[in-house]
Amino acid sequence: MIIIAYLFFGIGLFFMIFGALGILRFPDLYTRLHPAGKAGTAGILSIFIGLIFYSGFSFNSQRIILITLFILITSPVATHAIARGAMESGIIPWEKKNK
Amino acid sequence: MNPFLIIVYTLSITSLLCLIRVILGPTHYDRLLAVNLMIFKITAIIATLAVYYNRHVYFDVALVYAILGYISVIAISKYLTGRELHK
Repeated sequence: MIIIAYLFFGIGLFFMIFGALGILRFPDLYTRLHPAGKAGTAGILSIFIGLIFYSGFSFNSQRIILITLFILITSPVATHAIARGAMESGIIPWEKKNK
Repeated sequence: MNPFLIIVYTLSITSLLCLIRVILGPTHYDRLLAVNLMIFKITAIIATLAVYYNRHVYFDVALVYAILGYISVIAISKYLTGRELHK
């Protein structure tokens, strides 16, 4: 059980680190939406599944499942609201400069 | 070293990397996107510390933090929609 939990922790930290690097390095808002969405859903989901495997099926894991379902529903909604607001506010998508 | 402390330190350092994007982001939506990711990372930090110290109360803190972050991000993005605030 604990080894499976550490495996899920590793997967979640992988998504979190490269999500933050993508937010720093990508050139545009619309390309930055992609690592933010992946780190928001996949990283959080992996870390919380690891916490469920670590703490066993008890009173704690019930709360963690509740938080995980809430974040899994609301993270794409927030990302989509940001993208729609940016598109209606007139931000032009990025293109490569020298062809 | 304890794996829970590795998780907490890594999430703290990566949320500092997101804070750099908050400082130098060219538009308001970049700042909002980076703050949205920082909210998720801080929620994961609170839940990890709740399992590590075996306290039940901090799960409620994490849930309320996630709900308030979601409501604030939706409200700010609906407020900024259709306004020429960038650049």
